[in-house]
Amino acid sequence: MSTNALRRTGGGGQSGDRIFSGASLAAGCLILGVLFSVAVFLIIQALPVFGADPAEITGGEGFFTYIFPIVIGTVIAAAIALLIATPLGIGVALFISHYAPRRFAQPFGYVIDLLAAIPSVVYGAWGYSVLAPQLALAYDWLARNMGWIPIFEGPASQTGRTMLTAGIVLAVMVLPIITSLSREIFLQTPSLHEEAALAMGATRWEMITMAVLPFARPGIISAAMLGLGRALGETMAVALVLSGGGLTASLIQSGNQTIAAEIALNFPEAFGLRLSELIAAGLVLFVITLAVNMIARWIISRHKEFSGAN
Amino acid sequence: MANATLTPRRSQLTKGKLPNWAMWAVLAGALILGAAVAALVGFSIISWAIFSAVFFIIAGTAVTGVAEGGRKARNRLALFLIYGAFIVALLPLLSVIWTVLERGVPGLSYNFLFTSMNGVTGAIDNESVAEGTPVLGGAYHAIVGTLQITLWATLISVPIGLLAAVYLVEYSTGGSLARAITFFVDVMTGIPSIVAGLFAAALFGQLFGPGTRTGFVAAVALSVLMIPVVVRSTEEMLKIVPNELREAAYALGVRKWRTITKVVVPTAISGIASGVTLAIARVIGETAPILVTAGFASSINWNVFGDWMSTLPTFIYYQILTPTSPTATDPSTQRAWAAALVLIIMVMLLNLVARLIARLFAPKTSR
Amino acid sequence: MSKRIDVKDLNVYYSKFLAVEDVNINIEARSVTAFIGPSGCGKSTFLRTLNRMHEVIPGARVEGEVLLDGDNLYDSAVDPVTVRSQIGMVFQRPNPFPTMSIRDNVLAGVKLNNRRISKSDADALVEKSLRGANLWNEVKDRLARPGSGLSGGQQQRLCIARAIAVSPEVILMDEPCSALDPISTLAIEDLINDLKSEYTVVIVTHNMQQAARVSEKTAFFNIAGTGKPGKLIEYGNTTDIFNVPSEKATEDYVSGRFG
Repeated sequence: MSTNALRRTGGGGQSGDRIFSGASLAAGCLILGVLFSVAVFLIIQALPVFGADPAEITGGEGFFTYIFPIVIGTVIAAAIALLIATPLGIGVALFISHYAPRRFAQPFGYVIDLLAAIPSVVYGAWGYSVLAPQLALAYDWLARNMGWIPIFEGPASQTGRTMLTAGIVLAVMVLPIITSLSREIFLQTPSLHEEAALAMGATRWEMITMAVLPFARPGIISAAMLGLGRALGETMAVALVLSGGGLTASLIQSGNQTIAAEIALNFPEAFGLRLSELIAAGLVLFVITLAVNMIARWIISRHKEFSGAN
Repeated sequence: MANATLTPRRSQLTKGKLPNWAMWAVLAGALILGAAVAALVGFSIISWAIFSAVFFIIAGTAVTGVAEGGRKARNRLALFLIYGAFIVALLPLLSVIWTVLERGVPGLSYNFLFTSMNGVTGAIDNESVAEGTPVLGGAYHAIVGTLQITLWATLISVPIGLLAAVYLVEYSTGGSLARAITFFVDVMTGIPSIVAGLFAAALFGQLFGPGTRTGFVAAVALSVLMIPVVVRSTEEMLKIVPNELREAAYALGVRKWRTITKVVVPTAISGIASGVTLAIARVIGETAPILVTAGFASSINWNVFGDWMSTLPTFIYYQILTPTSPTATDPSTQRAWAAALVLIIMVMLLNLVARLIARLFAPKTSR
Repeated sequence: MSKRIDVKDLNVYYSKFLAVEDVNINIEARSVTAFIGPSGCGKSTFLRTLNRMHEVIPGARVEGEVLLDGDNLYDSAVDPVTVRSQIGMVFQRPNPFPTMSIRDNVLAGVKLNNRRISKSDADALVEKSLRGANLWNEVKDRLARPGSGLSGGQQQRLCIARAIAVSPEVILMDEPCSALDPISTLAIEDLINDLKSEYTVVIVTHNMQQAARVSEKTAFFNIAGTGKPGKLIEYGNTTDIFNVPSEKATEDYVSGRFG
């Protein structure tokens, strides 16, 4: 077979193939390598916290007592954001996909996407200087009239820089995420299902509840979870808006703090053990957001086989 | 409505249906009632709008329910709420843009764009407030920092992100390495930006000693946020390049790497470029990672590998939270909003450019 | 130019699944050979093994030999790229490169391989290839326009021009007319008739009349049932296959009783 004329290789480009595939493989591995080394370094730098004398930790009672209130604060802020943004986001997505005049649907979509383009620090500044003073009036009213509900317990913050304000700003920030993901899912609803519902004499809303929403449910859930992941980790809005403090039930007083804001506010001046504390807090935040994102993905994958979307 | 009054015999198809003007009548009633109630608690445009909207939704639904039945009423209520959701979503956007324009434009000047905060002290701010002289100091150092850090982040992220996406789409056969990369890119997508900052701080802290803060560390932090976006969007774009084009090239005896670089990537380039631009737009406004990696500076620093650096977002943050003069905060606030305006203009331009790239350079396929 | 192909004991697998079983066939040089058969019988899969295009699909592999004038395509030292530059292929749907002009599409095989070519040589090659594909007169005034602006039939002839521009020995065509209207189909069939004076042409088609019109030899592939491998049932002169087939299955198929 030594005479096989096909053995001549043309152009000598084989080395090019090897170099290029090698480079792209290396880029993939580099991502893994950097993430791995970063995780290792983070853990190394967080470790001193766990060996340290509890009295030396901020608060004086060990790392758990330090981290617990700000974990709760993080969860509260994200929960408020999600409670507001999810229904609103679904509504906006339905508006763009099924209600708005066809001609305007796309421009409206762009407009909502603009919300995502505004940098978080600008939202923070807006919440701090525009929204908070406005809401302070409403908080005052809430404290006077609904103060018996623990979350509205007075005296209301005079500046309006409270957990509820932070949650509302966060809601505005996660709204475009939930909207754009839900909108995409809504648009993918098989039109046959929609037409079948309409042909049975269903109203538009009945068609949506019969055909669109069941189809889109896993998509909506994952959109909300991804929004949650964003809200949990969002820093600047909270750092600027919230006048932080210890854990309190009332959402209209100053108080509470989130992990991300705690890090942002204290990291620039931190050194030694304090630095380790903040890095450890960052790891906790990372684990929480990771868990949320994993659950989101798990929901999607579990529902994929039922949704009929391929 | 002319039909309803003039034709003697009403169409069977419109029987039991509210005439078109009914909702306008309800709206008018709601506006009047809303004005009345708003006047009771202290009249303002906002309270008027809120009360009127609530009355309109309740009354509109009720009227429909009485005239057309429960199913139609639910349909109508859903319509109101969905339109309402969109209007409510627009309010913060309009408010933010209005605020930035209203408060940012006065501070935007040549002086603001091309001087730094070097030497600007609280005393100077106090003086400009007391005597009404123009506010001194600007964001030049922060603009320089933003551009440099973003540039470096782009230089790091784009090659890595592009090649990783090429690996995932063109080379991998769904093996465990590809699944690991996809998984960790997903993980990276969800990393909070402050944690990305900690990542870079920890990495450089370990390598060069704690407290290493330079523009380059910040660029690495931004890369952690940018790489997954680039990988994702590039992956999507490469995936929609029809396989037929790859096969056509292979059938001509073209090598795989040339097929990728000369056929696949050029076909997807508009989408890839627009994705990269959007990724830049996303990280250029990041604040938290810069806070923990680049520190803060008030003078110009052209060296990303040494000394602290400011960017527009951190400049805004510090001007608002720690005004230069604690007693006269107006100059700092003015500088912050002017910087916000500059930042938003940058981000919007990048978004616009991304859309233009996607539209203008898309290959003209017949399908 | 133009070489013969001899296939010996060829099995095609997708991972563990045997898609085509035990094919032996000798394809003559300078002739048109048609592969016919019902959908899923493996004729396209088999066609792709003739220039190793099946390797693009992950998990696809073959056993056996394919000899191009005696040289085995599957010899371990053979680079599939070399094989494909000698055995060209035209696909089911026209697929001109959307980022390239008509001219660049024709020159794609040369340019993408970074071979240097002078402008006059390139012009000559473009004209020769487009004339060879019966397209020159229709596009000579708009060579710089994108190839995707042409009609479907013109695009397919552009793809044929692109294939013959790298001067292959063999041209494989995978249902080249299935996405085209009758008039474009006629133009392609005329072209196939012209091509056989210089090239070995192998064409897969669903359309039996087309096989009868364009080919000298016809191979009938069939499949015993879903999940079973496709097999070469009968191979012979086209007139014999359509008029006096020796196998019952062939007769049933060409007379339209199934498929």
